Amino acid sequence: MTRALLALMFGLLVLAPAAAEEVFDDPAWEARAQEIGRQLRCVVCANQSVSDSNAPLAADILGVVRERIAAGDDDTAVIDYVAARYGDFVRLRPPFQANTLVLWLAPAAALVLGAGLAVTVLARGGRLRREPEPLTVEEQARIDAVLRAEAGQQPPDPGDHGR
Amino acid sequence: MRRLLFLLPLAGFFAVAVWGGLALFRDGSARLPPSTLIDQPVPDFALPPLRAGDAAGLATADLNGADPVLVNVFASWCVPCLAEHPLLTRLAEEDGVVIHAINFKDTADAAQAWLAQHGDPFARIGFDPEGRGGIEWGVTGVPETFVVDGDGRVRWRHAGPLTPVIVDQSLMPLLAELGG
Repeated sequence: MTRALLALMFGLLVLAPAAAEEVFDDPAWEARAQEIGRQLRCVVCANQSVSDSNAPLAADILGVVRERIAAGDDDTAVIDYVAARYGDFVRLRPPFQANTLVLWLAPAAALVLGAGLAVTVLARGGRLRREPEPLTVEEQARIDAVLRAEAGQQPPDPGDHGR
Repeated sequence: MRRLLFLLPLAGFFAVAVWGGLALFRDGSARLPPSTLIDQPVPDFALPPLRAGDAAGLATADLNGADPVLVNVFASWCVPCLAEHPLLTRLAEEDGVVIHAINFKDTADAAQAWLAQHGDPFARIGFDPEGRGGIEWGVTGVPETFVVDGDGRVRWRHAGPLTPVIVDQSLMPLLAELGG
């Protein structure tokens, strides 16, 4: 009884792929469908593309993609068709529009800022702040005078510090 | 004050962390992005009837009435659909809400048996075994419920089963506002 049941289950498993969606006979067209499917997000398994996902909805959407290809739509039109029904969320390549500006520009902006910071720090010899300006002639003279005076002084008597 | 400039990256991190944390713990029912159909006219579709006695199924033209209606997407194999079904029945029978349905990726026999067993509150039912009609509505699973207003525009989409809380707090106020 169990063996018969197992046999039946295996039999059904084998049948399952055969019952899957109708793919294009022409491999070029099917490749195009799969490529477009890779640019569409599976809404159910949101981190997979429609081509990669096993979800039934993904298979359905791929079927719609094939339909649109057969109807003569170009790639953009096919993706627009799906996005019109499921939202821009399905575009794995986000469109370049007002609400995605930050998404597109942030990495480049971060790179520019980081590079600018790195160049600045390197140019300043490893410091963030600018190098202090070199001393003027008067300031240099004053320092020299103080240093000479200190050098000329006798070292203080250790006994004096006991007071 | 300039000495504290080094804290800037840390402050930036905290800002992002707070923003991310708030986003994570926001209302989890908004898991899908909002439907693209909101405020749009009902999509173009035409589905054959499910029930033996029906002359017609469900199509775009049927959703252009003067009063707001519900469109419920269901299937006999769908457990949450069964869970929300008594709620829909009550809405139809006690509150007089007109509810149409799309029977999604189902077989006619199973769906008819399910309705016979659990009750049939639906005015019109469109039979959509391939799910192609559902794709026009941006359906991602079952159950989903849409509100169509008196101008033939989709005004609300709920993915997942309706609950008493959702009905009381979101659906009924919306229907009242739309003049249902």
